Amino acid sequence: MNLTVPVSEIDHIQGKEDAPVTLVEYGDFECPYCLEARSVIEIVKHTEGDRLKFVFRNFPLSQIHIHALRAAYAAEAAAKQGKFWKMHDLLFDNQFAFEDSDLTTYAQNLDLNMRQFAEDMKSEEIVKKVKDDFLSGVRSGVNGTPTFFINGVRFDQPSEVEFLQEAIESAAKNGARKEE
Amino acid sequence: MKPLEKGIKAPDFSLKVTPDQTVSLSDFLGRPVVLAFYPADFSPVCGDEMLLYNEILPEFKKYNAELLGISVDNVWSHLAFAKEKNLHFPILSDFNPKGEVSKLYSAYDEKDGVSERALYVIDKEGKIAWGYISPIGINPGADGILEALEDIK
Repeated sequence: MNLTVPVSEIDHIQGKEDAPVTLVEYGDFECPYCLEARSVIEIVKHTEGDRLKFVFRNFPLSQIHIHALRAAYAAEAAAKQGKFWKMHDLLFDNQFAFEDSDLTTYAQNLDLNMRQFAEDMKSEEIVKKVKDDFLSGVRSGVNGTPTFFINGVRFDQPSEVEFLQEAIESAAKNGARKEE
Repeated sequence: MKPLEKGIKAPDFSLKVTPDQTVSLSDFLGRPVVLAFYPADFSPVCGDEMLLYNEILPEFKKYNAELLGISVDNVWSHLAFAKEKNLHFPILSDFNPKGEVSKLYSAYDEKDGVSERALYVIDKEGKIAWGYISPIGINPGADGILEALEDIK
């Protein structure tokens, strides 16, 4: 299974641009497994350092997680003001408080321009961004949340530190070999 | 196990969808049908195959396709599962005789007595357009289904 929409400037990216390995997560802010995976990703980011670039794409399972779509919109609306990752972290830190009033509070805590935030929360652009993320996941073989891709290839093992590290290391080696 | 071959007529069947309603494959002649065999209701939450297809249902509808889930669970289990997961498509009960339809589609695991994770796309003439059997532990996702639907559009 391969990533059908390559990582580009419209994505939310952490890490060095020229990092040899790209880890893409399709995630849902209301999914408990994504919350569990978050600490795993933090460890992996720390141990892999500059070799790793991390990308988050939205895959809200809105039929079972009734707040997931609004949470995704909140993260994208924060992104419009340069604070995607801060909102991403706040949402995972507060996974059980996702009412609209909660989302507003998080936006206030991040010192966002609230009028702009409210407008962006209902803008077509943001609805489309989340939908496009979701569909790119569907077309790439996302089969639940979280689903990871390492250098464009679906990672089918359990989301645990050692498995991810192993796969990242082997992707880094393959990349280096290609460049020789 | 290998899926049924492309181009052959899809075996017809009638299965219960509720305690007093049955659904037949031939009900859908004239439209593409997606058959999704799966091992059991109520497997772990966010990675569940039926749940994923439920989210993707609007994409299947773009091809006017009907999605049918099939497992050997009884209708009461199906009703509870569909209600809890808010499913918007029929799940059929291949319960009696157990696994009969799954066997017709080369999608029955004799050892564990459950349906395999088999997927079929059937064209509007009722012929097999695409079939795939996934390792039982791996949710196959929906990209293959969408490609097959695109091919027969």
